[in-house]
Amino acid sequence: MMRFLPWAYLIAAFVFIYLPVGVLVLFSFQEGSLPVPPFNGPSVQWYQTILGDEDLMAALRNSILVAFGSSAVAVTLGFLAAYGLARHVLPGSTLIRGLLIAPLTVSYLIVGLGLLIVLTRSGFGVSLWTAAIGHVVINLPLAFAIIYASMGAQQQNAERAARDLGASEPKVIMLVTVPMLLPSIAAAFFLSVTLSWDEFIISFLLTRFDVTLPVEIWSLLRSGLSPQLNAIGSFVFLISVAVVLLLELTIFRKGRQ
Amino acid sequence: MSKDQIRGWGFVTPALLWTIAFFIVPFVVMGAMSLASLEGRTLVWDLSLANYAELLEKKYLWRAVLVSLEITLTVTVISVVLAYPLAWIIAFRVSPRWQRLALLLAILPFWTSYVVRSYAWLLVLAREGVVNETLMWIGAIAEPITLANTRFATVTGFVHFFVMLLTLTIYANLIQLSPNYRRAAMDLGANAFQTFRHVILPLTLPGIVTGAFLTFVLCIGDYVTPQILGGNTELSVPQVIMVQLGRRADFPLASALAIVLMSIVALAYLLSARWLRLDRL
Repeated sequence: MMRFLPWAYLIAAFVFIYLPVGVLVLFSFQEGSLPVPPFNGPSVQWYQTILGDEDLMAALRNSILVAFGSSAVAVTLGFLAAYGLARHVLPGSTLIRGLLIAPLTVSYLIVGLGLLIVLTRSGFGVSLWTAAIGHVVINLPLAFAIIYASMGAQQQNAERAARDLGASEPKVIMLVTVPMLLPSIAAAFFLSVTLSWDEFIISFLLTRFDVTLPVEIWSLLRSGLSPQLNAIGSFVFLISVAVVLLLELTIFRKGRQ
Repeated sequence: MSKDQIRGWGFVTPALLWTIAFFIVPFVVMGAMSLASLEGRTLVWDLSLANYAELLEKKYLWRAVLVSLEITLTVTVISVVLAYPLAWIIAFRVSPRWQRLALLLAILPFWTSYVVRSYAWLLVLAREGVVNETLMWIGAIAEPITLANTRFATVTGFVHFFVMLLTLTIYANLIQLSPNYRRAAMDLGANAFQTFRHVILPLTLPGIVTGAFLTFVLCIGDYVTPQILGGNTELSVPQVIMVQLGRRADFPLASALAIVLMSIVALAYLLSARWLRLDRL
């Protein structure tokens, strides 16, 4: 009896963890207009519906743009700051690190609210650009922390060797530091892409006409349960999982060996 | 300033400017905004604590703080209690070969967008949803019961998410423990429970507190889960903030509520700081 208890718990936990995702994906193949039992199907009609939906496809393009754009900026800024702090002796470096990490301690709602106030008070207004700015704010600390943590003495020696052989600092960075840190830079980039891809509240507060996919899903939600939402939700989940698995299979596996 | 320092500043400045311009400045403006007030539709910078006073006077405002605290504490406790055994089983019962896979699978749905995840729970808990249908099929209930649009639904949605997060942090803690501690305790005559109670639990406390703190912070600041799953039966602080922003465009009151939310988080940090190991995440 006691021997089976752990396995029973493990199975129960997995059922709980996968129940919503399973129901979501299963009823995205529902034939008919209600995503609840009994299941009739499978049918791909709802996937055809979402592929033909102009608003959803526009939101999808916006989401991809914001995710990759904001992550590229966050990782670039994060890398430069990490390099500056790890390779140069600066007064007040603890304070700088604290400042760069600070946005992590504040909930997304508050980050978005602060930006919204400043943007509307200054007459700037909101757009897809401002949502991207918000995503850089929340992803920069993560990118910085991940890259900073992986800057060790090993790279420093290689950098010193390159410098002794006459390489300029930009050359050292591009030809030595970046290639050696590529796994953690890529990890920071893809983590940032997934977080931005899934992010809702900042995009919701800081966009108006051009919205991202989670915001578009949110406005569809007002009309209640629909297999169309299941289809788009399954699609969003699939993309996130693909990015995470890619990360796991390539970067982290290499990192362990 | 030396040449080395000037170069160093060159690298750090872009990130620093970004953080100051788009995080620190908005934050300070929000703080100032919480001291302003709205007269009709015009903003008056009267530097008063009126918004904070309103928070104590108006029932729907302080109720929201209580609701948020209740939900968050319930979620944190249930999540820790459910996640600990799961992390334990993965760390000590699953063979090392399959551990990484088991852990990866246990936290994969973590990466669902929170809007989608809450919607999925709405499907599961709906009147004609899977849970009601199953319960009626096995004969446990005769009529569908109301599960969606309740606090139960909000807590379930949250617990689902945080069990995954906590399993990860507690697992990371358990796996670092040397098996020698357990062996030593057993050799000295402790039974399995005593070993857990006096050896394993104290050693994993930092991991638990760190995970619980993260749960607390993320849970109390979330708008989506209570809005989709809890409906409008009772409002949490983030929901009230969004109401102020949307319907009334009352930025001062929304800012004051945001500051209160942050103070609660800061307080939680101070209370748990002794055991927190945020650098070890």
